[in-house]
Amino acid sequence: MTALPDFALAGPELLLAVGALLLLLLGAYGGERRAGLVSDLSALLLLVAAVAVIVGRDGTTFDGAFVVDGFGRFLKVLVLIGSALAVVMTRRFAVAEKFFHFELPVLIVLATIGMLLMVSAGDLIAVYLGLELQSLALYVVAAFHRDDGRSTEAGLKYFVLGALSSGMLLYGASLIYGFTGHVDFAGIAAAASAGGKASLGLTFGIVFVAAGIAFKVSAVPFHMWTPDVYEGAPTPVTAFFAAAPKIAAMALFVRVAMEALEPVKAEWQQIVAFMSLASMILGAFAAIGQRNIKRLMAYSSIGHMGFALVGLAAGSEAGVYGILIYLATYLAMTAGAFAVILSMRRDGVMTEDIDSLAGLSRTNPLVAYLLGIIMFSLAGIPPFAGFFGKYFVFAAAINAGLYWLAVIGILSSVVGAYYYLRIVKIMFLDEPKGAFEPMGGELKAVLGISGLFVAAFALVLGPLGDAALAAARTLF
Amino acid sequence: MIQALFFYLFAAVTIASAVMVISSRNPVHSVLFLILAFVNAAGLFMLAGAEFLALLLIVVYVGAVAVLFLFVVMMLDVDFVELRQGFMQYLPIGVLVGLIFLAELLMVAGAWVFAPEATATASAPIPDPAQVSNTLALGQVLYTRYVYFFQVAGLVLLVAMIGAITLTLRHRAAVRRQNISVQVARTRATAIEVKHVEPGRGL
Repeated sequence: MTALPDFALAGPELLLAVGALLLLLLGAYGGERRAGLVSDLSALLLLVAAVAVIVGRDGTTFDGAFVVDGFGRFLKVLVLIGSALAVVMTRRFAVAEKFFHFELPVLIVLATIGMLLMVSAGDLIAVYLGLELQSLALYVVAAFHRDDGRSTEAGLKYFVLGALSSGMLLYGASLIYGFTGHVDFAGIAAAASAGGKASLGLTFGIVFVAAGIAFKVSAVPFHMWTPDVYEGAPTPVTAFFAAAPKIAAMALFVRVAMEALEPVKAEWQQIVAFMSLASMILGAFAAIGQRNIKRLMAYSSIGHMGFALVGLAAGSEAGVYGILIYLATYLAMTAGAFAVILSMRRDGVMTEDIDSLAGLSRTNPLVAYLLGIIMFSLAGIPPFAGFFGKYFVFAAAINAGLYWLAVIGILSSVVGAYYYLRIVKIMFLDEPKGAFEPMGGELKAVLGISGLFVAAFALVLGPLGDAALAAARTLF
Repeated sequence: MIQALFFYLFAAVTIASAVMVISSRNPVHSVLFLILAFVNAAGLFMLAGAEFLALLLIVVYVGAVAVLFLFVVMMLDVDFVELRQGFMQYLPIGVLVGLIFLAELLMVAGAWVFAPEATATASAPIPDPAQVSNTLALGQVLYTRYVYFFQVAGLVLLVAMIGAITLTLRHRAAVRRQNISVQVARTRATAIEVKHVEPGRGL
């Protein structure tokens, strides 16, 4: 008789799952009147889960399928903060656009469970199930504004391409299983290092798994869905897409590469380096011509994922440290930028046109300055947060001997600075086009906190850096 | 001897009915052939000693899924003849693509060396059927060893259900629904109105 595995290690995930079920009941029986309450409770639940993640203990359970360690804890807290911010920022917008139902926050919570499982995955089956739980909820959320043709199109497009990428991931996972005989990361690593050199089948599996995960982090050449989905999905949903799922997918990528496939590093390193390079260049050049700010943020996120992948290509402890810092700063910058995008409402109509930011420095100077800081940070200009993220990943790449990757990365970040600074120019130098409607209180709070975090990042780098260093060390 | 006979019987009928599923003109016949294929596959499972799976296939697939299929096919007015138009037109290019894929697969498979040691290190090897019954073995894998995956798969299905409902359910004001509590709460006073009609006057 086998004993039941240790469920307590998955405490935060269980808390979220049970909480999501209760919120679903509350919404289903309370009706639309309770939707606001469900939304508030969802945000609270996510924050409580973040606390539970911080105080939880380390360990491995379910036969190695579920890993709790410092690396996972750091990224889980980021994911939970990102999701909680998304829930908070969604409500006012969705009510104004008349698509607010109680299922929206519940689906965000369920997607977050999937992300936490991805971060904790220690097994290929767990990878797939976590990814699928997250993606399925995201497809629905993308199409949530069902009376809007663009939202429906975005959801459908995301679903078809996402299903394709899941198929590729599964195909790769089955090849890896077939050629190593294991689905758990430790077993795969042991089997892969036994041969000395990766067999052809294992290499095929690695390529397919990398392609499947690259879809989820929207790395070039698997980025095509990103601009369309970001543009079509309702703006708060785009804000959610841009932060938490990216962090979770990146965590998954690092874990699969570093834990399962460490012994065959040479096989995936060149794939990651190529994807990183292509993402950085495409993110820099394709965003230049964009007039829609959501499309611009999509290309910006493709570029940023490219920069973060530089750290993975380095494949060292310093590289993982760089990724962790990069993702933390990316979360803050994205949340702040989308807080402004969500408040771009004039005469009761939302606008997504970059030119409508013209003269913001005169109509709302505080918002303009904070967004200006965030744009400088996205461009990677010191002393703001974005600079440090880029600095650490490039330093890791140089230490790993990837000089060309670092040089091209720095050059493409210079090109990318153009479109971030153009937004600053539009805000500060162009003639005002009339004020936006006043910002909601929660958007003000998100923008204020993220702006302060980005501006004063040098001050928090000490404790955050220590946490990230400890987290990165658990993988080695 | 008799086992081999039954194996070939079940296998031949399975393949023949599978061919009929895609080639019969009437969609209802297709579904019935699908059921025949399921039943014969269940027979094959039974021969392999997997009695639990065999009965599950009959109970779940034949009993529920295929009947549901039959309902859908009968309810929907799908013009299959029209759907199949152009089939012959695209057949040559389809065959060509299929042949290319086959050739590629053969080339790849021919060059590959499989990993024989992989089967030896499998993480959940099949237990000896003489020691453990089918149901017990499945239960151990599904509810104990892989309980985590089982639960997460449940969550995935829950999300699919929520998604299907949120994206398609519309409350129409014009549709009248039965509200039992309102019906039960009706009293004589609210339900009946007594009109005093004087004789000979009419309403």
